[in-house]
Amino acid sequence: MAKVTIDGQTIEVADGTTILNAARQIGGELVPPAMCYYSSLKGSGGKCRTCLVRVTKGSEKDPRPMPKLVASCQTMVMDGMEVASKSDSTVTEARAAVTEFLLINHPLDCPICDQAGECHLQDLAFEHGKSSTRYEFERRTFEKIDIGPYIKLHMTRCIMCFRCVFVANQLTEQRVHGIINRGDHAEISTYIEKAIDNDFSGNVIDVCPVGALTDRTFRFKSRVWFLNPMDVHRDCENEKCSGKAVAWMYGGEIYRVTARKDKYGEVHEFICNTCRFEKKDKSDWVIEGARDLDRHSVISQNHYEHGELTVR
Amino acid sequence: MQLTQRSKNVVKKEMTFLERIYLPAIAKGMWTTLKHFFRKSNTVSYPKEQREFAPVYRGWHVLKRDEQGRENCTACGLCAVACPAEAITMEAAERERGEEHLYREEKYAAVYEINMLRCIFCGLCEEACPKEAIFLTDRIVPSDYARQYFVFGKDMLVEGVEPDKRVDVTVRQKHITEKNTQPA
Repeated sequence: MAKVTIDGQTIEVADGTTILNAARQIGGELVPPAMCYYSSLKGSGGKCRTCLVRVTKGSEKDPRPMPKLVASCQTMVMDGMEVASKSDSTVTEARAAVTEFLLINHPLDCPICDQAGECHLQDLAFEHGKSSTRYEFERRTFEKIDIGPYIKLHMTRCIMCFRCVFVANQLTEQRVHGIINRGDHAEISTYIEKAIDNDFSGNVIDVCPVGALTDRTFRFKSRVWFLNPMDVHRDCENEKCSGKAVAWMYGGEIYRVTARKDKYGEVHEFICNTCRFEKKDKSDWVIEGARDLDRHSVISQNHYEHGELTVR
Repeated sequence: MQLTQRSKNVVKKEMTFLERIYLPAIAKGMWTTLKHFFRKSNTVSYPKEQREFAPVYRGWHVLKRDEQGRENCTACGLCAVACPAEAITMEAAERERGEEHLYREEKYAAVYEINMLRCIFCGLCEEACPKEAIFLTDRIVPSDYARQYFVFGKDMLVEGVEPDKRVDVTVRQKHITEKNTQPA
Protein backbone atom coordinates (compact mmCIF):
# COMPACT_ATOMS: atom_id res chain seq x y z
CA MET A 1 0.00 0.00 0.00
CA ALA A 2 1.14 3.52 -0.73
CA LYS A 3 0.04 6.71 0.90
CA VAL A 4 -0.40 9.56 -1.53
CA THR A 5 -1.52 13.14 -1.01
CA ILE A 6 -3.24 14.87 -3.90
CA ASP A 7 -4.15 18.54 -3.48
CA GLY A 8 -3.94 18.11 0.28
CA GLN A 9 -6.16 15.04 0.42
CA THR A 10 -4.50 11.85 1.54
CA ILE A 11 -5.51 8.37 0.44
CA GLU A 12 -3.99 4.95 0.73
CA VAL A 13 -3.96 3.00 -2.51
CA ALA A 14 -2.54 -0.30 -3.72
CA ASP A 15 0.98 -0.33 -5.12
CA GLY A 16 1.10 0.15 -8.85
CA THR A 17 -1.90 2.46 -8.94
CA THR A 18 -1.45 5.47 -11.17
CA ILE A 19 -1.84 8.99 -9.82
CA LEU A 20 -4.93 9.44 -12.00
CA ASN A 21 -6.64 6.39 -10.55
CA ALA A 22 -5.68 7.42 -7.02
CA ALA A 23 -7.23 10.84 -7.72
CA ARG A 24 -10.36 9.16 -9.04
CA GLN A 25 -10.60 7.19 -5.82
CA ILE A 26 -10.68 10.49 -3.94
CA GLY A 27 -12.97 12.08 -6.51
CA GLY A 28 -14.08 15.67 -6.83
CA GLU A 29 -12.43 18.55 -8.61
CA LEU A 30 -8.88 17.35 -8.19
CA VAL A 31 -9.36 14.51 -10.69
CA PRO A 32 -7.25 15.38 -13.73
CA PRO A 33 -9.08 15.39 -17.07
CA ALA A 34 -8.19 12.52 -19.40
CA MET A 35 -8.70 12.50 -23.13
CA CYS A 36 -6.79 9.36 -24.12
CA TYR A 37 -6.59 7.21 -20.99
CA TYR A 38 -9.38 4.63 -20.78
CA SER A 39 -9.37 2.34 -17.78
CA SER A 40 -10.98 -0.60 -19.56
CA LEU A 41 -8.51 -0.55 -22.46
CA LYS A 42 -5.03 -1.94 -21.87
CA GLY A 43 -2.17 0.27 -22.98
CA SER A 44 -4.21 3.43 -23.36
CA GLY A 45 -3.02 6.75 -22.01
CA GLY A 46 0.04 8.93 -22.16
CA LYS A 47 -0.75 10.59 -25.47
CA CYS A 48 -2.93 13.62 -24.93
CA ARG A 49 -1.09 15.20 -21.96
CA THR A 50 -4.23 16.75 -20.50
CA CYS A 51 -3.83 14.85 -17.24
CA LEU A 52 -0.55 16.58 -16.33
CA VAL A 53 0.10 17.01 -12.62
CA ARG A 54 3.01 18.30 -10.55
CA VAL A 55 4.71 15.91 -8.15
CA THR A 56 5.95 18.16 -5.37
CA LYS A 57 7.42 15.32 -3.32
CA GLY A 58 8.61 12.16 -5.02
CA SER A 59 8.25 9.72 -2.14
CA GLU A 60 9.06 9.24 1.54
CA LYS A 61 12.52 7.88 0.73
CA ASP A 62 13.38 10.38 -1.98
CA PRO A 63 11.48 13.58 -1.24
CA ARG A 64 12.85 15.51 -4.24
CA PRO A 65 10.11 16.87 -6.51
CA MET A 66 9.90 15.57 -10.05
CA PRO A 67 11.59 18.09 -12.39
CA LYS A 68 8.77 18.27 -14.92
CA LEU A 69 5.03 17.91 -14.92
CA VAL A 70 4.11 14.26 -15.33
CA ALA A 71 1.23 12.52 -17.06
CA SER A 72 -0.81 11.23 -14.15
CA CYS A 73 -2.31 8.36 -16.12
CA GLN A 74 1.13 6.82 -16.63
CA THR A 75 2.91 7.67 -13.38
CA MET A 76 2.63 5.19 -10.51
CA VAL A 77 2.21 6.42 -6.97
CA MET A 78 4.98 6.03 -4.43
CA ASP A 79 4.58 5.91 -0.68
CA GLY A 80 4.50 9.42 0.71
CA MET A 81 4.11 11.07 -2.68
CA GLU A 82 2.62 14.54 -2.77
CA VAL A 83 0.87 15.70 -5.90
CA ALA A 84 -0.52 19.07 -6.90
CA SER A 85 -3.35 18.90 -9.40
CA LYS A 86 -5.90 21.64 -9.87
CA SER A 87 -4.57 23.69 -6.98
CA ASP A 88 -1.30 24.41 -8.80
CA SER A 89 -1.24 27.27 -11.30
CA THR A 90 1.54 25.68 -13.38
CA VAL A 91 -0.67 22.61 -13.83
CA THR A 92 -3.72 24.59 -14.92
CA GLU A 93 -1.54 26.67 -17.24
CA ALA A 94 -0.08 23.53 -18.77
CA ARG A 95 -3.52 22.04 -19.24
CA ALA A 96 -4.69 25.25 -20.90
CA ALA A 97 -1.70 25.03 -23.24
CA VAL A 98 -2.43 21.38 -24.06
CA THR A 99 -6.04 22.30 -24.73
CA GLU A 100 -4.88 25.01 -27.11
CA PHE A 101 -2.74 22.47 -28.94
CA LEU A 102 -5.60 19.99 -29.18
CA LEU A 103 -7.82 22.68 -30.60
CA ILE A 104 -5.33 23.85 -33.24
CA ASN A 105 -6.71 21.56 -35.89
CA HIS A 106 -10.12 20.97 -34.39
CA PRO A 107 -12.83 22.45 -36.62
CA LEU A 108 -15.00 23.63 -33.68
CA ASP A 109 -18.13 22.61 -35.53
CA CYS A 110 -19.96 21.76 -32.30
CA PRO A 111 -23.30 23.12 -33.62
CA ILE A 112 -23.22 20.38 -36.24
CA CYS A 113 -21.42 17.64 -34.36
CA ASP A 114 -23.51 14.82 -32.91
CA GLN A 115 -21.11 14.47 -29.98
CA ALA A 116 -21.86 17.97 -28.68
CA GLY A 117 -23.13 17.81 -25.13
CA GLU A 118 -21.24 14.65 -24.26
CA CYS A 119 -17.89 15.59 -25.78
CA HIS A 120 -14.85 15.50 -23.52
CA LEU A 121 -12.99 18.02 -25.62
CA GLN A 122 -15.92 20.40 -25.24
CA ASP A 123 -15.78 20.02 -21.46
CA LEU A 124 -12.02 20.45 -21.47
CA ALA A 125 -12.19 23.55 -23.64
CA PHE A 126 -14.95 24.96 -21.48
CA GLU A 127 -12.76 24.63 -18.42
CA HIS A 128 -9.33 25.42 -19.81
CA GLY A 129 -9.79 26.80 -23.29
CA LYS A 130 -9.25 30.31 -24.57
CA SER A 131 -12.06 32.20 -26.26
CA SER A 132 -10.05 32.77 -29.42
CA THR A 133 -7.28 31.05 -31.33
CA ARG A 134 -3.74 32.25 -31.93
CA TYR A 135 -3.28 29.89 -34.84
CA GLU A 136 -2.95 31.69 -38.15
CA PHE A 137 -2.47 28.83 -40.58
CA GLU A 138 -5.03 26.79 -42.38
CA ARG A 139 -6.48 23.94 -40.37
CA ARG A 140 -5.80 20.35 -41.30
CA THR A 141 -8.88 19.00 -43.08
CA PHE A 142 -9.96 15.61 -44.33
CA GLU A 143 -12.86 14.23 -46.28
CA LYS A 144 -15.56 12.49 -44.26
CA ILE A 145 -15.39 8.73 -44.51
CA ASP A 146 -18.13 6.16 -44.03
CA ILE A 147 -16.55 3.26 -42.20
CA GLY A 148 -19.12 0.64 -42.97
CA PRO A 149 -22.87 1.19 -42.81
CA TYR A 150 -22.88 2.25 -39.17
CA ILE A 151 -19.91 4.46 -38.43
CA LYS A 152 -18.90 7.83 -39.79
CA LEU A 153 -15.36 9.10 -39.45
CA HIS A 154 -14.74 12.84 -39.26
CA MET A 155 -10.98 12.85 -39.31
CA THR A 156 -10.85 16.65 -38.91
CA ARG A 157 -12.24 16.31 -35.39
CA CYS A 158 -9.83 13.56 -34.30
CA ILE A 159 -7.33 14.29 -31.52
CA MET A 160 -5.27 11.12 -32.02
CA CYS A 161 -6.02 9.45 -28.71
CA PHE A 162 -5.70 5.92 -30.16
CA ARG A 163 -8.63 4.69 -28.06
CA CYS A 164 -10.49 3.30 -31.07
CA VAL A 165 -7.41 1.40 -32.18
CA PHE A 166 -7.18 -0.21 -28.74
CA VAL A 167 -10.86 -1.13 -28.94
CA ALA A 168 -10.31 -2.72 -32.31
CA ASN A 169 -7.27 -4.59 -31.00
CA GLN A 170 -8.75 -5.77 -27.75
CA LEU A 171 -12.45 -6.28 -28.47
CA THR A 172 -12.76 -7.21 -32.11
CA GLU A 173 -11.14 -10.20 -33.68
CA GLN A 174 -9.65 -8.65 -36.73
CA ARG A 175 -8.58 -5.08 -36.71
CA VAL A 176 -9.02 -3.43 -40.05
CA HIS A 177 -8.39 0.12 -39.02
CA GLY A 178 -5.46 1.89 -37.52
CA ILE A 179 -3.33 4.97 -37.75
CA ILE A 180 -1.40 5.72 -40.90
CA ASN A 181 1.24 8.39 -41.61
CA ARG A 182 3.16 10.27 -38.97
CA GLY A 183 3.08 13.47 -36.98
CA ASP A 184 0.79 16.14 -38.33
CA HIS A 185 -0.26 13.88 -41.20
CA ALA A 186 -1.33 11.02 -38.95
CA GLU A 187 -4.87 9.87 -39.51
CA ILE A 188 -7.22 7.09 -38.52
CA SER A 189 -7.90 5.01 -41.56
CA THR A 190 -9.08 1.64 -42.70
CA TYR A 191 -7.31 -0.59 -45.14
CA ILE A 192 -8.48 1.00 -48.42
CA GLU A 193 -11.55 2.28 -46.61
CA LYS A 194 -12.61 -1.26 -45.95
CA ALA A 195 -15.79 -1.55 -44.00
CA ILE A 196 -15.53 -2.65 -40.41
CA ASP A 197 -17.97 -5.53 -40.12
CA ASN A 198 -16.94 -6.87 -36.76
CA ASP A 199 -19.48 -7.50 -34.01
CA PHE A 200 -17.93 -5.03 -31.59
CA SER A 201 -16.79 -2.30 -33.95
CA GLY A 202 -19.58 0.01 -32.77
CA ASN A 203 -17.76 0.51 -29.49
CA VAL A 204 -15.29 2.82 -31.18
CA ILE A 205 -18.12 5.38 -31.17
CA ASP A 206 -18.44 5.22 -27.39
CA VAL A 207 -14.74 5.39 -26.64
CA CYS A 208 -14.09 8.31 -28.98
CA PRO A 209 -13.69 11.34 -26.69
CA VAL A 210 -14.62 13.73 -29.52
CA GLY A 211 -17.03 13.51 -32.43
CA ALA A 212 -14.59 11.87 -34.82
CA LEU A 213 -16.39 8.54 -34.80
CA THR A 214 -20.15 8.90 -34.73
CA ASP A 215 -23.18 6.72 -35.18
CA ARG A 216 -24.51 6.88 -38.74
CA THR A 217 -27.91 5.60 -37.65
CA PHE A 218 -28.19 8.60 -35.31
CA ARG A 219 -26.60 11.14 -37.62
CA PHE A 220 -28.27 14.56 -37.21
CA LYS A 221 -31.38 12.93 -35.79
CA SER A 222 -31.48 14.86 -32.55
CA ARG A 223 -29.32 16.48 -29.93
CA VAL A 224 -28.36 14.62 -26.78
CA TRP A 225 -30.06 17.14 -24.52
CA PHE A 226 -33.42 16.61 -26.21
CA LEU A 227 -33.34 12.91 -25.41
CA ASN A 228 -34.10 10.94 -22.27
CA PRO A 229 -31.37 8.44 -21.50
CA MET A 230 -32.81 5.23 -20.05
CA ASP A 231 -31.01 2.27 -18.55
CA VAL A 232 -32.09 -0.77 -20.51
CA HIS A 233 -31.00 -4.37 -20.87
CA ARG A 234 -31.75 -7.41 -22.98
CA ASP A 235 -30.55 -10.98 -23.31
CA CYS A 236 -28.07 -10.81 -26.10
CA GLU A 237 -27.19 -13.95 -28.04
CA ASN A 238 -23.61 -12.78 -28.27
CA GLU A 239 -21.62 -14.17 -25.33
CA LYS A 240 -19.21 -11.27 -25.14
CA CYS A 241 -21.97 -8.67 -25.18
CA SER A 242 -23.15 -7.51 -21.76
CA GLY A 243 -26.62 -6.59 -23.02
CA LYS A 244 -26.65 -3.60 -20.69
CA ALA A 245 -27.10 -0.37 -22.53
CA VAL A 246 -28.53 3.14 -22.48
CA ALA A 247 -31.44 3.85 -24.79
CA TRP A 248 -31.69 7.51 -25.74
CA MET A 249 -35.39 8.03 -26.07
CA TYR A 250 -37.61 10.73 -27.44
CA GLY A 251 -41.15 10.03 -26.36
CA GLY A 252 -41.60 6.32 -26.90
CA GLU A 253 -39.03 6.10 -29.64
CA ILE A 254 -35.44 4.91 -29.24
CA TYR A 255 -33.20 7.25 -31.21
CA ARG A 256 -29.93 5.54 -30.41
CA VAL A 257 -28.38 2.95 -28.15
CA THR A 258 -25.04 3.36 -26.41
CA ALA A 259 -23.13 1.45 -23.78
CA ARG A 260 -23.28 2.66 -20.19
CA LYS A 261 -20.63 5.22 -19.41
CA ASP A 262 -19.46 5.94 -15.89
CA LYS A 263 -18.89 9.47 -14.62
CA TYR A 264 -15.51 9.65 -16.32
CA GLY A 265 -17.13 8.72 -19.62
CA GLU A 266 -15.72 5.20 -19.63
CA VAL A 267 -17.51 2.04 -20.68
CA HIS A 268 -16.80 -1.11 -18.70
CA GLU A 269 -19.38 -3.42 -20.24
CA PHE A 270 -19.20 -3.25 -24.00
CA ILE A 271 -22.15 -4.04 -26.23
CA CYS A 272 -22.32 -5.67 -29.65
CA ASN A 273 -23.36 -4.08 -32.91
CA THR A 274 -26.71 -5.87 -32.99
CA CYS A 275 -27.72 -4.28 -29.70
CA ARG A 276 -26.37 -0.91 -30.70
CA PHE A 277 -27.59 -0.48 -34.23
CA GLU A 278 -30.40 -2.90 -34.87
CA LYS A 279 -32.47 -3.01 -31.70
CA LYS A 280 -34.20 0.33 -31.88
CA ASP A 281 -37.65 -0.80 -30.91
CA LYS A 282 -38.94 -0.32 -27.39
CA SER A 283 -40.10 -3.96 -27.27
CA ASP A 284 -36.52 -5.19 -27.77
CA TRP A 285 -35.43 -3.88 -24.41
CA VAL A 286 -36.35 -4.16 -20.76
CA ILE A 287 -36.44 -0.61 -19.46
CA GLU A 288 -35.00 -0.22 -15.96
CA GLY A 289 -35.60 3.49 -15.52
CA ALA A 290 -34.23 6.92 -16.21
CA ARG A 291 -30.50 7.23 -16.03
CA ASP A 292 -29.18 9.37 -13.24
CA LEU A 293 -27.50 12.40 -14.72
CA ASP A 294 -25.30 15.04 -13.27
CA ARG A 295 -27.50 18.00 -12.41
CA HIS A 296 -25.12 20.33 -14.20
CA SER A 297 -24.90 18.27 -17.36
CA VAL A 298 -26.47 19.83 -20.42
CA ILE A 299 -28.18 16.50 -21.06
CA SER A 300 -30.28 16.92 -17.93
CA GLN A 301 -31.52 20.36 -19.00
CA ASN A 302 -35.31 20.55 -19.13
CA HIS A 303 -35.69 16.99 -17.85
CA TYR A 304 -37.83 17.24 -14.80
CA GLU A 305 -38.20 13.54 -14.08
CA HIS A 306 -34.75 12.77 -12.63
CA GLY A 307 -34.58 9.16 -11.60
CA GLU A 308 -38.17 8.38 -10.85
CA LEU A 309 -39.62 8.36 -14.36
CA THR A 310 -40.90 4.98 -15.46
CA VAL A 311 -41.93 4.14 -18.99
CA ARG A 312 -44.70 1.66 -19.53
CA MET B 1 -61.64 61.86 18.48
CA GLN B 2 -58.90 62.62 16.00
CA LEU B 3 -57.79 59.52 14.09
CA THR B 4 -55.01 61.06 11.95
CA GLN B 5 -52.93 64.19 11.86
CA ARG B 6 -54.23 65.03 8.42
CA SER B 7 -57.92 65.21 9.09
CA LYS B 8 -59.38 68.66 8.76
CA ASN B 9 -62.49 70.08 10.22
CA VAL B 10 -64.85 71.20 7.47
CA VAL B 11 -65.72 74.83 7.73
CA LYS B 12 -68.99 75.67 6.01
CA LYS B 13 -68.61 79.36 5.65
CA GLU B 14 -70.86 81.35 3.37
CA MET B 15 -69.61 81.98 -0.22
CA THR B 16 -68.74 85.47 -1.33
CA PHE B 17 -70.56 87.25 -4.18
CA LEU B 18 -67.85 86.35 -6.76
CA GLU B 19 -67.91 82.77 -5.73
CA ARG B 20 -71.63 82.67 -5.91
CA ILE B 21 -71.84 83.76 -9.59
CA TYR B 22 -69.31 80.98 -10.53
CA LEU B 23 -68.05 82.87 -13.60
CA PRO B 24 -64.43 83.42 -12.49
CA ALA B 25 -64.11 79.71 -11.64
CA ILE B 26 -65.50 78.73 -15.06
CA ALA B 27 -63.10 81.10 -16.82
CA LYS B 28 -60.22 79.66 -14.85
CA GLY B 29 -61.18 76.10 -15.84
CA MET B 30 -61.64 77.04 -19.47
CA TRP B 31 -58.19 78.64 -19.49
CA THR B 32 -56.65 75.33 -18.39
CA THR B 33 -58.50 73.50 -21.15
CA LEU B 34 -57.50 76.10 -23.71
CA LYS B 35 -53.82 75.73 -22.86
CA HIS B 36 -53.91 72.04 -23.91
CA PHE B 37 -54.88 72.97 -27.48
CA PHE B 38 -51.43 74.38 -28.06
CA ARG B 39 -49.46 71.60 -26.38
CA LYS B 40 -47.63 68.80 -28.29
CA SER B 41 -49.85 65.73 -28.55
CA ASN B 42 -48.89 62.61 -26.56
CA THR B 43 -50.50 60.11 -28.93
CA VAL B 44 -49.76 59.09 -32.51
CA SER B 45 -52.30 57.98 -35.06
CA TYR B 46 -51.27 54.31 -35.41
CA PRO B 47 -50.90 52.62 -37.94
CA LYS B 48 -50.40 55.67 -40.23
CA GLU B 49 -47.77 56.90 -37.89
CA GLN B 50 -45.47 54.59 -35.90
CA ARG B 51 -43.30 55.21 -32.94
CA GLU B 52 -39.61 54.45 -33.03
CA PHE B 53 -38.67 51.23 -31.26
CA ALA B 54 -36.04 51.07 -28.57
CA PRO B 55 -32.96 49.11 -29.66
CA VAL B 56 -33.68 46.56 -26.94
CA TYR B 57 -37.21 45.90 -28.24
CA ARG B 58 -37.77 42.18 -28.75
CA GLY B 59 -40.54 41.11 -31.10
CA TRP B 60 -41.18 38.62 -33.89
CA HIS B 61 -38.15 36.37 -34.47
CA VAL B 62 -36.31 36.14 -37.75
CA LEU B 63 -34.07 33.34 -39.00
CA LYS B 64 -31.32 35.06 -40.92
CA ARG B 65 -29.65 34.17 -44.17
CA ASP B 66 -26.08 35.13 -45.02
CA GLU B 67 -25.07 37.48 -47.85
CA GLN B 68 -25.31 34.65 -50.35
CA GLY B 69 -28.84 33.80 -49.27
CA ARG B 70 -28.00 30.60 -47.40
CA GLU B 71 -29.73 29.87 -44.12
CA ASN B 72 -27.49 30.40 -41.12
CA CYS B 73 -29.30 27.99 -38.81
CA THR B 74 -27.71 24.56 -38.40
CA ALA B 75 -30.31 23.18 -35.98
CA CYS B 76 -27.80 22.88 -33.16
CA GLY B 77 -30.59 23.07 -30.60
CA LEU B 78 -28.91 25.60 -28.32
CA CYS B 79 -31.81 28.05 -28.64
CA ALA B 80 -34.25 25.33 -27.69
CA VAL B 81 -32.24 24.30 -24.64
CA ALA B 82 -31.77 27.92 -23.59
CA CYS B 83 -35.45 28.73 -23.99
CA PRO B 84 -37.03 29.06 -20.53
CA ALA B 85 -40.53 28.76 -21.98
CA GLU B 86 -39.68 25.71 -24.10
CA ALA B 87 -41.23 27.36 -27.09
CA ILE B 88 -38.75 26.16 -29.71
CA THR B 89 -38.70 22.77 -31.40
CA MET B 90 -36.69 21.67 -34.39
CA GLU B 91 -35.77 18.76 -36.57
CA ALA B 92 -32.45 18.59 -38.34
CA ALA B 93 -31.61 17.20 -41.74
CA GLU B 94 -28.42 16.65 -43.68
CA ARG B 95 -27.69 18.91 -46.60
CA GLU B 96 -27.75 17.02 -49.87
CA ARG B 97 -25.41 17.59 -52.76
CA GLY B 98 -26.70 20.52 -54.80
CA GLU B 99 -28.26 22.30 -51.82
CA GLU B 100 -25.15 24.26 -50.97
CA HIS B 101 -26.78 27.51 -52.09
CA LEU B 102 -29.65 26.99 -49.63
CA TYR B 103 -27.90 26.09 -46.38
CA ARG B 104 -24.59 27.31 -45.09
CA GLU B 105 -23.53 24.21 -43.15
CA GLU B 106 -23.85 20.50 -43.79
CA LYS B 107 -26.73 20.28 -41.35
CA TYR B 108 -29.83 22.45 -41.44
CA ALA B 109 -33.18 22.79 -39.73
CA ALA B 110 -35.78 20.94 -41.77
CA VAL B 111 -38.45 21.93 -39.27
CA TYR B 112 -38.11 24.91 -36.97
CA GLU B 113 -41.08 25.98 -34.92
CA ILE B 114 -41.59 28.65 -32.31
CA ASN B 115 -44.80 28.63 -30.34
CA MET B 116 -45.49 32.34 -30.10
CA LEU B 117 -47.99 31.82 -27.31
CA ARG B 118 -45.32 30.17 -25.19
CA CYS B 119 -42.56 32.59 -26.12
CA ILE B 120 -41.86 35.23 -23.49
CA PHE B 121 -39.59 37.27 -25.81
CA CYS B 122 -36.68 37.12 -23.39
CA GLY B 123 -34.04 36.96 -26.12
CA LEU B 124 -32.06 34.07 -24.62
CA CYS B 125 -32.28 32.20 -27.95
CA GLU B 126 -30.38 34.88 -29.81
CA GLU B 127 -27.79 35.04 -27.06
CA ALA B 128 -27.31 31.26 -27.23
CA CYS B 129 -27.11 31.11 -31.02
CA PRO B 130 -23.55 30.35 -32.15
CA LYS B 131 -24.30 31.05 -35.81
CA GLU B 132 -26.01 34.46 -35.60
CA ALA B 133 -29.06 32.83 -37.09
CA ILE B 134 -31.93 33.89 -34.84
CA PHE B 135 -32.74 37.45 -33.88
CA LEU B 136 -35.69 39.15 -32.27
CA THR B 137 -36.79 42.03 -34.41
CA ASP B 138 -38.88 45.17 -33.94
CA ARG B 139 -41.79 43.63 -35.83
CA ILE B 140 -44.95 43.03 -33.80
CA VAL B 141 -46.35 39.50 -33.86
CA PRO B 142 -49.66 39.68 -35.76
CA SER B 143 -52.80 38.85 -33.87
CA ASP B 144 -55.14 36.06 -34.89
CA TYR B 145 -58.33 34.31 -33.89
CA ALA B 146 -57.15 30.72 -33.32
CA ARG B 147 -54.33 29.26 -31.29
CA GLN B 148 -52.97 26.98 -34.00
CA TYR B 149 -51.81 29.94 -36.10
CA PHE B 150 -49.35 30.97 -33.44
CA VAL B 151 -46.99 28.05 -33.97
CA PHE B 152 -44.68 29.78 -36.41
CA GLY B 153 -42.83 27.50 -38.80
CA LYS B 154 -39.98 28.30 -41.11
CA ASP B 155 -42.35 30.05 -43.54
CA MET B 156 -43.04 32.69 -40.90
CA LEU B 157 -39.53 32.91 -39.48
CA VAL B 158 -36.94 32.68 -42.27
CA GLU B 159 -36.34 35.95 -44.07
CA GLY B 160 -36.59 36.19 -47.85
CA VAL B 161 -33.65 35.93 -50.21
CA GLU B 162 -34.49 39.10 -52.17
CA PRO B 163 -32.85 42.29 -50.86
CA ASP B 164 -36.21 43.96 -50.16
CA LYS B 165 -37.40 40.98 -48.13
CA ARG B 166 -34.39 40.95 -45.83
CA VAL B 167 -34.92 41.93 -42.21
CA ASP B 168 -32.47 44.47 -40.88
CA VAL B 169 -31.06 43.41 -37.52
CA THR B 170 -27.84 45.44 -37.39
CA VAL B 171 -28.82 47.34 -34.26
CA ARG B 172 -29.84 44.16 -32.48
CA GLN B 173 -26.75 42.34 -33.71
CA LYS B 174 -24.51 45.05 -32.27
CA HIS B 175 -26.39 44.87 -28.99
CA ILE B 176 -25.92 41.07 -28.79
CA THR B 177 -22.23 41.11 -29.69
CA GLU B 178 -21.59 43.73 -27.05
CA LYS B 179 -23.48 41.64 -24.51
CA ASN B 180 -21.68 38.42 -25.44
CA THR B 181 -18.20 39.89 -25.49
CA GLN B 182 -18.51 41.45 -22.06
CA PRO B 183 -15.95 39.96 -19.70
CA ALA B 184 -17.60 37.64 -17.23
